[in-house]
Amino acid sequence: MSDHHDATNVINPEHSEHHIVTPFQYTLVFGTLLLFTGITVGAAYVDLGVLNPIVALGIACFKAVVVILFFMHVKYQSKLVKMTVAAGFFTFIVLITMTLTDYMSRAWGLW
Amino acid sequence: MANTITAPHAEGAHQLAGDHAHGEHIVLPQHRHHFETEEQQREAGSFGMWLFLLTEIMFFGGMFFAYLLYRNWYYDAFVAASNTLVIGWGALNTVILITSGFCMAVGVWAAEVRNKKMLVLMLWLTTIFGIAFLGVKAIEYTEKFEAHHVPGASFNVKEFVNPPIDAKTGKPNDKPLAPDMAQRTQIYFFLYFAMTGMHALHMIIGIGILFWLIARANRGEFSAGYVAPIENFGLYWHFVDIVWLFLFPLLYLINRHPLAH
Repeated sequence: MSDHHDATNVINPEHSEHHIVTPFQYTLVFGTLLLFTGITVGAAYVDLGVLNPIVALGIACFKAVVVILFFMHVKYQSKLVKMTVAAGFFTFIVLITMTLTDYMSRAWGLW
Repeated sequence: MANTITAPHAEGAHQLAGDHAHGEHIVLPQHRHHFETEEQQREAGSFGMWLFLLTEIMFFGGMFFAYLLYRNWYYDAFVAASNTLVIGWGALNTVILITSGFCMAVGVWAAEVRNKKMLVLMLWLTTIFGIAFLGVKAIEYTEKFEAHHVPGASFNVKEFVNPPIDAKTGKPNDKPLAPDMAQRTQIYFFLYFAMTGMHALHMIIGIGILFWLIARANRGEFSAGYVAPIENFGLYWHFVDIVWLFLFPLLYLINRHPLAH
């Protein structure tokens, strides 16, 4: 935004510089997403035992992170937005962990 | 400058403009007076959009949790039911949706560089790929209805109790399920329709909004420096993409090779 020293954050309190992601970067991201879609489909036909879901979800998480960082511009956003996004996924993990803890400590395998 | 606005914001004659230390700062008509700077307004907008998306994470999260739990409880039923889905359709739809997301991203760029023609084109492409996704989904749903794989009164477990014999190997193409476990495939299909259905509903709403944005973009509303609606809709559209990026492996992929164990 501005070159001058803004120690008290008056002019730009959020430090959210407006960064324009170029179509070239988007194309790289697009290629990456297509490549990993191919990999995850291929991996589904290979018997990896317990690793199959882990590989599939690992690739899905990687693709999601790429989309969030570049397509959704989070890489170039302020700390507030980054924290907000992280808080969302953290809360989701809390939801899963606490509910699963409840189920597993009650009648797991006795339904 | 104190951290308060001392002068009322007026279009055209912005009294704070001189305080900004660079000449490039243009005060746009959409700059609301309760925001100190354009950046602050933009930041507040993205922050609000992300808060909405967090509620969406929790909304879909509940269904993802249900899937996780029932997949562990009725694993065999989930394997057999998942194998009735066609990976090709799912993979094709993943590619279609990623392409749609890419067009949306380029659309945001076009709005930022104030290229109206490119923006409108990209919004149309986003819409068309979105509709193509729904078309493929409709084909898949039709197949499920024809196979009586829709949970409810007309659900048929025949294929899961007596899997069809594969002509090449002479063996059943799937592990036969006991009748009670075969009934549990309904839970898989219920989750399949609930999750992909809610996802499709988000896409239908998104396509509706896209038509509205295209009309506004045609009037040049987003090619004069005001890109917030395009940007925030992009966040929504990419979020819907991300949901599918997880639905695809969970519903189509991770339960393959039933005969391996």
